[in-house]
Amino acid sequence: MRLSIKHATRYRFDTPLTYGLQQLRKTPKSSNGQHVLDWVTRIEGGKREVSFEDHHNNVVELISFDRGTTELEVVSEGLVTIDDTSGIVGPHRGPAPLWLYARPTDRTRVGPATRKLLRGIDGDSDLARLHALSAAISEAVVYLVGASEATWTAEDALNAGEGVCQDHTHVFLACARELGFPARYVSGYLLMDGQVRQDAMHAWGEAHVEGLGWVGFDASNGISPDARYVRVATGLDYADAAPVTGLQVGGHGEALRVDIAVQQQ
Amino acid sequence: MTETPIFDEMWGRDQTLRQPYASFNSWLETEDTARLRAKQREAEELFRLSGITFNVYGRAEAEERLIPFDIIPRIISGREWQRLTRGIEQRVRAINAFLHDIYHRQEIVRAGRLPAEMIARNEAFLPQMIGVTPPGGIYTHIVGIDLVRTGDDEFFVLEDNARTPSGVSYMLENRETMLQMFPELFSRNRVQPVQNYPRDLCTSLMACAPDMQRANPAVAVLTPGIYNSAYFEHAFLADQMGVELVEGHDLRVVDGRVAMRTTEGYKAIDVLYRRVDDDFLDPLNFNPESALGVPGIMDVYRAGGITIANAPGTGIADDKAIYSYMPDIVEFYTGEKAILKNVPTWRCSDPDSLAYVLDNLSDLVVKEVHGSGGYGMLIGPTATKKELREFAKKLKARPGNYIAQPTLSLSTVPIFTNKGLAPRHVDLRPFVLMSPGGINVTPGGLTRVALKKGSLVVNSSQGGGTKDTWVLED
Amino acid sequence: MLGKTANGLFWMYRYLERAENTSRLIETGQRIALTRLGDGDEEWESVLQTAGMASGFHAHNEELGKDAAIDWMLRARENPSAVRSTIGAARQNARLVRTALTGEVWEAMNRAYMGSEERLARRVSERDLPRVLGLVRQGTALVRGATLGTMLRNDMYDFARLGTFLERADNTARILDVKYYVLLPGMSAVGSSIDNVQWETILRSVSARGGFRMEYGGAVEPRNIAQFLILDKRMPRSLAFCAVKLRDNLGYLASNYGTRPQSLEMADALVRRLLTHDIEAVFDFGLHEYIEEVIGALGTLGRQIEIDFRFYE
Repeated sequence: MRLSIKHATRYRFDTPLTYGLQQLRKTPKSSNGQHVLDWVTRIEGGKREVSFEDHHNNVVELISFDRGTTELEVVSEGLVTIDDTSGIVGPHRGPAPLWLYARPTDRTRVGPATRKLLRGIDGDSDLARLHALSAAISEAVVYLVGASEATWTAEDALNAGEGVCQDHTHVFLACARELGFPARYVSGYLLMDGQVRQDAMHAWGEAHVEGLGWVGFDASNGISPDARYVRVATGLDYADAAPVTGLQVGGHGEALRVDIAVQQQ
Repeated sequence: MTETPIFDEMWGRDQTLRQPYASFNSWLETEDTARLRAKQREAEELFRLSGITFNVYGRAEAEERLIPFDIIPRIISGREWQRLTRGIEQRVRAINAFLHDIYHRQEIVRAGRLPAEMIARNEAFLPQMIGVTPPGGIYTHIVGIDLVRTGDDEFFVLEDNARTPSGVSYMLENRETMLQMFPELFSRNRVQPVQNYPRDLCTSLMACAPDMQRANPAVAVLTPGIYNSAYFEHAFLADQMGVELVEGHDLRVVDGRVAMRTTEGYKAIDVLYRRVDDDFLDPLNFNPESALGVPGIMDVYRAGGITIANAPGTGIADDKAIYSYMPDIVEFYTGEKAILKNVPTWRCSDPDSLAYVLDNLSDLVVKEVHGSGGYGMLIGPTATKKELREFAKKLKARPGNYIAQPTLSLSTVPIFTNKGLAPRHVDLRPFVLMSPGGINVTPGGLTRVALKKGSLVVNSSQGGGTKDTWVLED
Repeated sequence: MLGKTANGLFWMYRYLERAENTSRLIETGQRIALTRLGDGDEEWESVLQTAGMASGFHAHNEELGKDAAIDWMLRARENPSAVRSTIGAARQNARLVRTALTGEVWEAMNRAYMGSEERLARRVSERDLPRVLGLVRQGTALVRGATLGTMLRNDMYDFARLGTFLERADNTARILDVKYYVLLPGMSAVGSSIDNVQWETILRSVSARGGFRMEYGGAVEPRNIAQFLILDKRMPRSLAFCAVKLRDNLGYLASNYGTRPQSLEMADALVRRLLTHDIEAVFDFGLHEYIEEVIGALGTLGRQIEIDFRFYE
């Protein structure tokens, strides 16, 4: 499948910005079954300072806001082709060692609610257990836009019983690691049926299974990723893979507009 | 374990004057106590005036205090020093190779010489450094190796300081003070100079600049600010090197580089000698609460735009749990046996070791794995029954947080007291510079001395003082 | 050099200058109290006003009295402009810019600080006051001496001088601002003893009695005092002298950096204003209004220096 993606983020400030930096992880990776044919990022009201590939092989771009600006626009767009690999991404490649993904993070720490969920997980193979986990999560945490805070942990989401794809993924990571699988967060794009415009990126989890390597699980949709899923950034949790991490001085009265368009070519 | 008398570096074990002190002693015999007492006071006045102070943490007002200085030098022969230097160089080379390996292929783990969990469960391991090779391949530009001595040829490494070792300003000021007060001593003894350290440091840092093509790379010292306990040293080193002393708010990312705000605009920095801990270095990438760091500096670093000295993540090498593997680490990377000995160490994370440590607590020194400054440690032989009981509880609760070592009978060196000379325990921190050009060990170092009779705690925050350290030309 | 360092030098020398000026005002105040010609307490009110410390004083003290006023100006912790506080602040800034100072300047600063901390640790008795104030000024004078004798004449020196002269001009202007009425012609019977005390107070508080005598002999004329303190280019605490120094130092910075900062234009305008008038024109314009304008111009100049040389972000 060949997808065209356009992701525009626009910030407006009532008072001019004194200083601001953003770390972007918005460039899709070329990996097993996914090829980035073309990708550009344009910035207005700011400039690219540096770019590098981080320890999760994410392309990171550091941009700075122009001094005194009241508007910043970042537009990333390009073309990606994807094969359906049934969610299998394949063997781990460095530089981060596999054991790094077995470590819990603050957002994915195991607590009583996680342990309770895990008690019901069963299956006669690694894959079966992970699918069971994914299904149990979508049942335990009802998908509801706006239900959760961006800072929620896996436990928070389980206790609330509702959340978005980020929360599903954090619960998945906490549980998969507790079951002994290295696991990671994936942020990306998803082609949706009959809907081109979207206002947020998608997120799902990947677990490392002996013999298969990394395998994706989208608890929010109850499936493993197929040719409609574009992998952008990976990490131990949202903090590592977030499309934007920012810091700014001044610039009060911020208004944010995100416009994402994913369509088949 | 100490039936034999303690080794005194001036008088040996049997009150026979040791050779390195021969010339000093003949001078001392001609001096009267009153003059020395006046000199001791004069030294204190000099230190107070030059403002060589450290701030004491945890007080309402940042109080500045002097570290007591003792006028009797500690003297090491050239031969003794040579042997030490070989051991130090070997160890520092191994530490640097270890860091490169740990942040790349982790061959030492693959080879089964170091358990993976020593890294995986280590808070000092910095994932952001994975796959990063610092300019010139140097991780530890500046290292302080803490040594103790127990006999004629018996040196042990107590601790490696691979993050931001401090104290070098005392090494330099102690010498300066001795030169001013006792010039005659330096004409009688051929003492190897330490005064080149700031120039060597600057040269060494410049040699690690990211862009080898650029002539005269810009170096700066990053300090947490005037309230930091080592601010004096930061200012001192910047001053002696002739480079800017900057704080986080002087710096920002400009045109893909880290630049400092000067009266004429922003000016890029090539090498930053930072005296700010990893966690506070970059609020965008690490602790977002940090006001001491530079947002985005890690991005510039990873993109190859700046050298940070020491590299972020070097703390994994001076961790006290990793310390216990140092003999293996040295052998693994250098192919040689370690020249400098480690103090035998029990890792309390291991159940058998823990049991041994709990059974023998009153004979052991127990330290926190991540602790420093002598805080949070137990000295078994001098602890009360109650202290032992309470520490045992802490040990059982978090065994992985502790290591234990036998109490060594540290050597003594005389200090000048109101009643004349008296022996006190000492340690030694030599300072090591590393660059692609090689390893440079300054002949001397910081001798810390426990001023209380019988005490083994030399930390300045707990009543320790310092001495000038002489390495003689043989 | 770092913007922060320029800022630190500027303020280190401003605070040193302030410490000296305040100690001089205290000395003057005590002196007048001893002459018992004026109402002592009222005079202290005017001294506090001149030092810019009146509102702070009244916020922390119930009643105005000699001892309370002296203690407030000399050593009150709550008073950031007290002599002890300003010497502490000067040293704090010196610590900040340690790398920009020579060893001798740093040691002199440290010595001045330690001396002040020691001597001002307890209330100073009236008997000891002149000696203590003398020692304090001796301490700060040593810092200035070491500065003149050992510091390189580069941009660092320029910022140190800017701080010194901006503070000094401000101090002289404030003295004139509080006391202008005694200099106005025809305000009181010429030569009354009250006036003589007032005039002498002004001269004393800028250490100008000797200089004034050399220039004008024994006859004290308010017009001459105004002329001397505002327009005389040779009197080191006059507004004109300070303005010329400010302009010169900004000029060195400008040629060193190859720029023409706005603060230089402002200093230039200030010099022209102070040197092209004669004292008659000043009185015609209105002495008070004139001084107020100069004070305003000095404030604006200080803020522009901060911007031009990137003291802050």
